[in-house]
Parts: sequence; C-alpha cells; structure tokens
Amino acid sequence: MISELEQYREVAPKGTIDFLYRLSDLVQGKRFLHITAVRYGGGMAEILRRLVPMMKSLGIDARWEVLAGTQEFSDVTRRIADGLQGSPQTISEEQYQTYLDVTTRNAKALNLDADLVFTHDPEPAGLVDHRKGGKWVWRCHLDAGRPHRSVWSLFRRHVVKYDAAIFSLSGFAQRLPIPKFLLHPSIDPLTDKHRDLSRAEIGEVLDRFHIARGVPILLQVARFDRFKDQIGTIRAYRMAQKYHRCQLVFAGSGVIHDPVGEKVLAEVQEAAGNDPDIHILQLPPEADREINALQRASTIVIQKTLKDGFGMAVSEAMWKGKPVIGGTAGGVSAQIVDGATGFIVHSVEGAAFRIRYLLSNPGIMTRMGATGKEHVRRNFLITRHLGDYLTMLKLLCSE
Amino acid sequence: MEPGNRDDVFRFIGCSEIQEILGKQADDERALAELLEDVPLDSVYFHTHSYFLRQRFIEQTYPNDFAEWVGMQVRDHVLAERLSVVDPFSFSSLDFLREEIISIIDDHLSGMASVPRVGFGAPFSFNRSRILEVPTGLEVRTLREFRDAISSVDASAIYLHVFESHLRLQRKENDFSTWIRGTLKLPELANQIRTLNPYLGSLERLRSSLLTMCDAHLAKSGQRG
Repeated sequence: MISELEQYREVAPKGTIDFLYRLSDLVQGKRFLHITAVRYGGGMAEILRRLVPMMKSLGIDARWEVLAGTQEFSDVTRRIADGLQGSPQTISEEQYQTYLDVTTRNAKALNLDADLVFTHDPEPAGLVDHRKGGKWVWRCHLDAGRPHRSVWSLFRRHVVKYDAAIFSLSGFAQRLPIPKFLLHPSIDPLTDKHRDLSRAEIGEVLDRFHIARGVPILLQVARFDRFKDQIGTIRAYRMAQKYHRCQLVFAGSGVIHDPVGEKVLAEVQEAAGNDPDIHILQLPPEADREINALQRASTIVIQKTLKDGFGMAVSEAMWKGKPVIGGTAGGVSAQIVDGATGFIVHSVEGAAFRIRYLLSNPGIMTRMGATGKEHVRRNFLITRHLGDYLTMLKLLCSE
Repeated sequence: MEPGNRDDVFRFIGCSEIQEILGKQADDERALAELLEDVPLDSVYFHTHSYFLRQRFIEQTYPNDFAEWVGMQVRDHVLAERLSVVDPFSFSSLDFLREEIISIIDDHLSGMASVPRVGFGAPFSFNRSRILEVPTGLEVRTLREFRDAISSVDASAIYLHVFESHLRLQRKENDFSTWIRGTLKLPELANQIRTLNPYLGSLERLRSSLLTMCDAHLAKSGQRG
C-alpha cells in the first residue's frame, strides 16, 4: 500500500515524500472521517478519491462516507449552495425541514465516530447537530464571501457548532465565532487530466477538433457562463491578431439543460462569427484527456474571468508549463505570480497587450512556463494537500 | 525545542504550517496600520516570517506581505519600497518589527493628501500561522553529513532551523551556527552561517548559500589535510 504515496516521489518537491512519512508518524491510528454529498463529479470528490487511500496507506484510519438524499433534499441543498454564493434564494420552512429530516436519517445510518470529521460543503453540514465526539470541521469549497443574507442566517446556526471551518481563500469566508483556516485546493498530477501525454496523443486531439498545428493557440477552459467572459477574451484575441496570427480555443462543458449556458454559448458563437481560427468546443465532463491535450498544445492560457471560485484551471495550465494571463477574480491571482508565471490583468486591453507581448517573446514564455510548473509543484499538488490534512489532524486533535 | 547539541548529533526538524484567517481586512493604508496595531504578534510573524515558508521557490517582487499588498494591490510603489527595506534580521523581537512597520506607514501617510486604498485589487487579509514541528529522522554528526543533509532535506527544516530559531533564540544565532560552533568547533564557519541574512531570498536560495559555505569549508580543510 506504501506505493500510494511512493508513486508521487518523482513529481513532488525534493524531500516531500519522506517528510509526509514523518508527519504521518505523529497521527498514526487516528480516525479521520470525510463526509460528502457525492462520490463522483467535481474537483473535491476527485481529490478525495486519491487522498483517502493515501492516508490509509500512511496508517491513518481514514474513511469517506457519502450522504443518502432525496430529490427534495438535493433541491434545498442546491438552493443553500447558491445562496451561500450570493444568489438570492428563498428557503421555505418545509424545505428546511426536509434538510433537517434527511440529515437526521443520515446521522442514524452513518458511523460518525472519529477523531476528526470533515463535512464538505453545505449538504452534510447539518450532521454536526448529531455529533457525538471528536473534532468537527466544516470544509467550505464555495465562495461564501458575500452570501445571500437569509440563507446565511439559516445556515450559520449549523456552522457555529463546528470546532473550525476551512475556506479556500480569506475572501471566501464569513465572520464566525470559531477558528477559520485557509486551505488551497490542489491537483493530482497522476490523473488522466494531468499526466504526461505523448506528441501523438496531443496531435490526435488537435486533429479531431480541426485545430491547426504550428499556429499559436490561446486557450480558455471554462464553462459557458457570463462571468467567464469569453466575449472579452475574443476581443483581446482580435487585438492581438493584428500583430500575430494565432488561434483561440474555448473548451467548455455542454450546455444541454442549462438555459443560461445555452444563451452565453450563442453569444460567444455570434461574436466568433466565421473566424476559422476560433474553435468553440463543448466537451463532456469525462473529457479529461482532451482537456489535458489542449492545455499541453496551447501556447498561452487565458483565465480572465470576472467572477470565479478558486479557478484551478490556472494551476492545471501552469503544471503543463504554460504562461497564464488571468484576472483578479477568485483564486486566480492567488495562483499567478505576476510577471513570473504569467500576468494578472485588469482589462481586455491588458489581456491583449500581454498576449502580444508573450507571442513576441517566446523565450519569456518558456521561462514563465517552467517557473509556473515549479510553483505548482510546491504549492498546488495533492502532496501539499495531504500534508495540510495531516497537520490539521495533529493540531486539532491535540487541542 | 533545542535541536542540535544533544549527544553531539544534529537532528533536523521540519515544520508544516496551517494558515488561520483572522477575519480582519484592510482596504486602505490607514486601516492596514490600525489593524496591524491590534492583531496578535503571530500575525506579524505570518506576514513577515512564515511568508518565506510559503514562497519557497519563487521570490515575489517584495519581501513581505505588507509591501507586496501595498505594491501590487494598492499600487503605492513608494510605500511598498519603503516597507521592502525593513529587514526583520535586524529586529530582536516581533514587537519592535511591528513598531517599525507602523511608523513607516504613519510617516508615509502624513505626507499624503489622501489615503491610498485598494481600487481593483483585493483587500489585505490578516492571517496567522499555526506551525507543527515534525522530526525528519535525519541525524548528522559531521560537517560532510550536515552538508549532504542540507542538500536533500525538506525546505521547511531549513526554515525552522534558521528563521524560527532566529526569533526563538532572541539573538543573532541560529540552530545550525550554534551546533557548528559548539559541537563541530568550527567558529569561522559558524560565524559565516550566523551572519547569513535569510530574509534576502527564497528558502532554496538559502539552501544554496549554506551548501556553498559548507563546500568551501570542506575544500579548505581538505587542502589543509
């Protein structure tokens, strides 16, 4: 089982794996329980699928429980999640009672006995009302920096019963009477989305999407959403096109059953017009290898969003050695080291200027790409995440 | 914790940091100074010392979080430059360091018609560190072994034995220089390492400097031998 961690020795920074072994010595046998709403889908589940076996291989009694819900429960937790992220929501007494009832049923069905319990996001948060022992921590992966007041007022009554809460950025947190910690998300370099690909594999993906080889590629990986500002990216690309021929690729998820996404996609298609150098791709959620290939084939990655979560697409691109031009929203600026791994810009013109600058200076792009990869290696890989969890386990359970 | 002198063996201890959000945010330079006055010293430590633990590889434009925020978010380059030259190495306590930073901000604001504030950037968030010490299992008895360990040990151990010990020992000495002086009886090398200012670059650069010093000493003693 040791190989769970050993396979990261080649990609983690020098000394990290040995350090993690020593760190795990301090928490041998501790029971660490994670509770989520789903086992598949989303970055958090993706990382837990690897972190839990890694912790087990290190001698920690790690478990991962998943809630059993109902359609009504999903509806109300979606409203809570949207409300925490600032969208105006109304939650009726009846809906809130559904949340409490399903939570109670799960509390009876699940084994909640552990030294440290992490509930992830709003769905399992109410389980704290049924805590028996150990330390309880609410891990909020959402940007709850400006929640809808009435939803936060309702939800806060659960959060204050925790021993601590964790947020991905300081700005994502609310005032709370419990300790709040900062923990950045991470990427797993050994998954299909991030593993090394051969030239042939990359070429095959480019050919499949009719993207020309040998012409610089500007890439934006984001769902079709107004906050992702694909239109602004097209304007920046057009300004840069006057100086350098390049292609612009948008890789987003499909918009079926998503009226807003459908509308944004139509606007992006209209703005792109008949430009043969703009490629708009709708990819299924499981298209990890395609995203990986597009990122590796790109010349510059653009993440000039207007509002964002942590924006892991930035670290994903930097891991592939690409310079990133990003805005100040969410966690984008927490990942880019301005002038070293890419550029932080504040306008369409700023993005255009930096695209032009980088395309005129390939040597700088190469240097930034290499620096970005090392930056991710030290700060945004799953090995750092594991270290954070083990440290949390030790510090909180020793209090 | 007193690593080093026991049994003449130097035991490397690394560390892991968890960042705690204090929930205090400054939107302008006056609020920065006022909040800095109030926050626990742990927060001053976080933004001026463990800053280096988080920037192990890339050196940011400015060498502490205060200067970085003023320069990159507020875009007040004059104050950012003034805060950049504050050298934590020359302060024996965090209290004195805090006083120095506040007085620089106050002095700067006294000459301004309005208080510079963050426009498009993010506010300054005060955080603090919780540091967990982790024995690495690496033990050395000779300078050669010490040199080899420095080349491979997790960078957090270099942080703990240089930055942390500088404050903990409240003197201009660190764990490495103490052990090299006391156990290896190499005062010349100990003095070099004692006077090495760790606040001038990243942890990886500090690792390189330590290796260069050890290599030079080993080469010299080899010639003598």
